Amino acid sequence: MPREIPRKANLSALGNDPDSTWPRLANFMRLLFAVALGLALAALAEAWVLTAPRPISPDVAREVSRPGDPVAGRVVFFLAGCDSCHMSPGQTDPLRLGGGMELKTPFGSFFPPNISPDRADGIGEWTTADFADALMAGVSPRGEHYFPAFPYPSYRHMSLKDVRDLFAFIRTTEPVAGRTPPHAIRFPFSIRRAVGFWKLLYLPNIARPPEAAPDDPESLGRYLVEGPGHCAECHSPRGLLGGVIASRRLTGGPLPDGKGKAPNITAAGLADWSESDVADALSTGFTPSGDTLGGPMAAVVRNLSQTPEADRAAIAHYLKSYRADSNP
Amino acid sequence: MMKWTMAALAIAVSAGLAAAAGADAIKDRRALMKANGDATKPIVAMFKGAPFDLATMQNALKTYIDTAGKMPALFPPDSKTGDTNALPAIWDNMADVDARFEKLGKDATAALANVQDEASFKAIMPDFYKNNCGGCHEKYRAKQT
Repeated sequence: MPREIPRKANLSALGNDPDSTWPRLANFMRLLFAVALGLALAALAEAWVLTAPRPISPDVAREVSRPGDPVAGRVVFFLAGCDSCHMSPGQTDPLRLGGGMELKTPFGSFFPPNISPDRADGIGEWTTADFADALMAGVSPRGEHYFPAFPYPSYRHMSLKDVRDLFAFIRTTEPVAGRTPPHAIRFPFSIRRAVGFWKLLYLPNIARPPEAAPDDPESLGRYLVEGPGHCAECHSPRGLLGGVIASRRLTGGPLPDGKGKAPNITAAGLADWSESDVADALSTGFTPSGDTLGGPMAAVVRNLSQTPEADRAAIAHYLKSYRADSNP
Repeated sequence: MMKWTMAALAIAVSAGLAAAAGADAIKDRRALMKANGDATKPIVAMFKGAPFDLATMQNALKTYIDTAGKMPALFPPDSKTGDTNALPAIWDNMADVDARFEKLGKDATAALANVQDEASFKAIMPDFYKNNCGGCHEKYRAKQT
C-alpha cells in the first residue's frame, strides 16, 4: 500500500492519469483544431483573393476607350493573327470570326469563341474597355478568367493604340451568328478560378505597355514579336503548368496538338538564314532551302503578307538578334 | 507440321515485305520532296533578285511534273508511320491529296509552256507556288524539327 502512492503520483506526472489529464488534453486538441481550421480558412481566403480576376485599371480603361482607327486596326489584326484561332472552320475568309475551331492541347480541347460583332453570339455588345480587359488582362466582361490558350500574356504587351484600333477594325467585320461549344478541358485544369494562380506565375506584370518606336527596328521588332505577333506562344517549350519556360523562349516547342514542332527562331535556330531570308519567308512562305512553311505557320504567312514590309523586316531583325539564356 | 511452318514463314515474310514496302514508300516520298526543294532553291534566289535563268526554271518545272506523277502511288496504308512528316490526315483525304498532285502536274505543265522570259516568270510563278506548295504542307505535313 505505501508503494501505491508514489506510483500514482508518477503516472500523473507522465500525464497518463485518466481523471485529471484527459479534459486538459481534449481542450488542447480543440484549440489545435480551431487553429488549424482558422489557418485553412485563412489560406482559402488568401487563395480566393490571390486568384481574383484583375481587370485593367480605370486609368487604362479610360485611355483605351478613345476612338480607334479601323484602317490601322486591320494591320494589327493580321499581325496578331486573330483569324488563326477565331475564324469559322470550314471556310477560307479570315474575316468571318464565328469561332469554334477545335484547338487540341495536352489539357483538353478549347473552342475559341465567336469574336464577330454579332450582338447575341459575338462581341457586338462589348465596350473597348471590355475588349482591352480580355486582351490585356485575360478577364471576360463577366469578370472571369480566360484560359491562357488565348495568348493574352503576349497581347498584354500591346499598346493601347493598337488595342483600340484592333477593336475598331473587328467591329467592321461581318457579324456571324452561332455560339461555340464549351471547352472540353480535363480536371483540374478546368477550374477557371485556378487560372488566377497561373497568372501570378506567368502573366507579365505591366501596368501600361509602352508603344514601340516605329523607326527603330530593334524596338519595333521586339514589340511585334513579343506583343501582337505572340511568336513565343508556339515557338517556346512550356513547363508542366503550361507556362513558357523563360530561359528557352523562342527556342522552339511542340505544337499544341502534338503533331509536329514549331522550330527554334532565335539567332541560333536561324543561323543559316539571313535577315532578308526571314523577312521574305514571312511574306512568301519560302525557306532558303526551297521548302515552303506549312502547318499553322501557313496561316501566319498569309496574315503577315498583309502587313507592311517594314514590320516583317523588324520581326526578322529582332529574331536574328535574339539570344535565349539557354539553347537546346 | 511442315505445312504450318511454311504458312507461318509465308506470313512472316509477307509481313516483312509489307513493312519494307511502307518504309520504301516513305524513302521515295522524301527523295522526291527533297528533289523538289533542291530544284526550287535557285528559283527562290531568282525571286530575290538573282538573274533569271530559263533552263533552271524549266528544270524545276520538270521536277515538279515528275513528282506530281509519282507521289499519289506512294501512300500505301502501311506507310503512315515511320521516318515521315506526313500527317495521318492524308489517308483520311486521299481523294483531295490525289487532286492536289494532279493540279500540281497540270499547273507545272502549263507553266513549262508559258514561262519564257523574266516577265512571264514574274507574272506566273508566284501564284504557281502560292497555289501548289503551301496548301498541302499546311494540311498534310508536320515538320518534326
